[in-house]
Amino acid sequence: MYLRRLTLTGFRSYEQLELDFEPGVTTLVGRNGQGKTNLVEAVGYLATLGSHRVATDHPLIRAGDEQAVVRAVVVRDGRDQSIEIEINPGRANRARLGRGAAVRPRDILGSLRTVLFAPEDLALVKGDPAGRRRFLDDLLVARQPRWAAARSDYDKILKQRNALLKNARTSRNDAALADSLPVWDTHLAATGANLTYARLRLLRDLAPYVGQAYDQVSDSVSGARIDYQTSLPGLAPVPSGDGAVPTVEEITAAMHAGFAEQRSREVERGITLVGPHRDDLELTLGELPAKGYASHGESWSFALALRLAGYQLLRADVATDPVLVLDDVFAELDVGRRTRLAALISDCEQVLITAAVRDDVPPDLAGRLYDVRRGAVTVPPPDPSASAATAPTTDEVESDPSDATPTRAIS
Amino acid sequence: MYEGVVQDLIDELGRLPGVGPKSAQRIAFHLLQADRADVQRLSEVLAVVKDKVRFCDLCFNVSEDTLCRICGDSRRSVSLICVVEEPKDIMAMERTREFRGRYHVLGGAISPIDGIGPDDLRITELMRRLGAEPIEEVIIATNPNLNGEATATYLSRLLSPLGMPVSRLASGLPVGGDLEYADEVTLGRAFEGRRLIGG
Repeated sequence: MYLRRLTLTGFRSYEQLELDFEPGVTTLVGRNGQGKTNLVEAVGYLATLGSHRVATDHPLIRAGDEQAVVRAVVVRDGRDQSIEIEINPGRANRARLGRGAAVRPRDILGSLRTVLFAPEDLALVKGDPAGRRRFLDDLLVARQPRWAAARSDYDKILKQRNALLKNARTSRNDAALADSLPVWDTHLAATGANLTYARLRLLRDLAPYVGQAYDQVSDSVSGARIDYQTSLPGLAPVPSGDGAVPTVEEITAAMHAGFAEQRSREVERGITLVGPHRDDLELTLGELPAKGYASHGESWSFALALRLAGYQLLRADVATDPVLVLDDVFAELDVGRRTRLAALISDCEQVLITAAVRDDVPPDLAGRLYDVRRGAVTVPPPDPSASAATAPTTDEVESDPSDATPTRAIS
Repeated sequence: MYEGVVQDLIDELGRLPGVGPKSAQRIAFHLLQADRADVQRLSEVLAVVKDKVRFCDLCFNVSEDTLCRICGDSRRSVSLICVVEEPKDIMAMERTREFRGRYHVLGGAISPIDGIGPDDLRITELMRRLGAEPIEEVIIATNPNLNGEATATYLSRLLSPLGMPVSRLASGLPVGGDLEYADEVTLGRAFEGRRLIGG
């Protein structure tokens, strides 16, 4: 699929903007703070109903406006589909598909699929488990939108159970706790087991792509792997290589066993200590955990490998390419990684790239160029130095084979 | 901000459930323009509702007497009891004219976040009725949302050891709807609750 048109109203720095895109590569060039990332953030919001930069919707609204509207026309199998979301912080968002009546925001999930790679993704390797869980769950939803509901149900039940544990701790009313805790255990175990099962199956499918993508990006044989680290007792760490995933019943039983085991600690701390919200994705490079041991460059390669693997997985299962978004990442990569990344993405149906400096993007990849300046987007005049762009201005002589040249990049 | 009493009216209306500031303002100006008699009638009803209306001693439905119309109706079955969250749920069930038993209003659903535990619902009263009345089946009709389901689970855990048959209203596809528009959760539930129609 590809994004054909993006229309923003009151979103971030944009009062009103309409921008057309074509398949292939589009590069948005602009200095920092000019509004390039805002554009791809809007695209990501339509695909995931969330921003890759902030956790709440408030910052997405242009100063002085009450709401923002993001609209897009997406072309899939030659057919246009328009998607619209009205972002109302503090109130329910409203969504629309095509010209029809309003739908629940959740129902637009899947109409536009994106894989977005941004500097923030370094936290996938170096940061907390929460970021890695979100990576898995977002991919789960991109693959099968119904998981959005399961995930939000799990969060709601978890909040209720935590509230109950916290109340019990303050009121010291053990009888009341014993009376109603089993109810929440039952519901949390059922929902949590389904979510865990889905994550395990996702991991089984994703893992091979991760190792492959890492090797391609870093040009090495690294043995990069991902494994699921569970908080559930008796559920062995699931090796992502072989296909065996425990059944939902086994996971449900493990959750109940975990509740029983952690009961006194849970009451003491007033929080739930067992379940998918405590799990992690373990990243290993060779024999060592990536976190703490990987170099800066290796961490970048790993983060990139996770996103590219997600892209490959979605592409393999839904038979249409997601839109690949590379937000400000070329500046972070060394020349070798830049060139190899450029080669890897050359056959993607659509790639949106943002860069502060045009030269950061390998010249044969840049595709259509847009200048982003103070919230306005223009087509730059043909660059007279463009023909000289391949002449190295620094000592970064590129040794990439010429077969890495993207063929569909220029429209 | 409007002056004095108009703003007071808007503020009071705005405290009602489902009424936001804009709706409150619209209702307030509607009342200002309405016939004096209409407004008078409304204010009289508001004044007496708190005094006159009480809850049925048996089922806790709203009532003007010690027993509500349903509990006082001798033609209704005493062996079936349908447990609902709120009195408004009784109205919904009654519109079906399918159910000929009696009701029990819990007064909400379990929700630890809101500080509502089983003790805050009329569950003790339900247990007392099960002991005193010749009840043969308890039908749980709490809302099919998280808190309603949790309440249903709680009740079934409480009642099953007594050997009391407990049933739960089915959830699934809406009648007259299209399969293609059903969301996955509903469809999944419909699968779980499917019935044999042959074989």
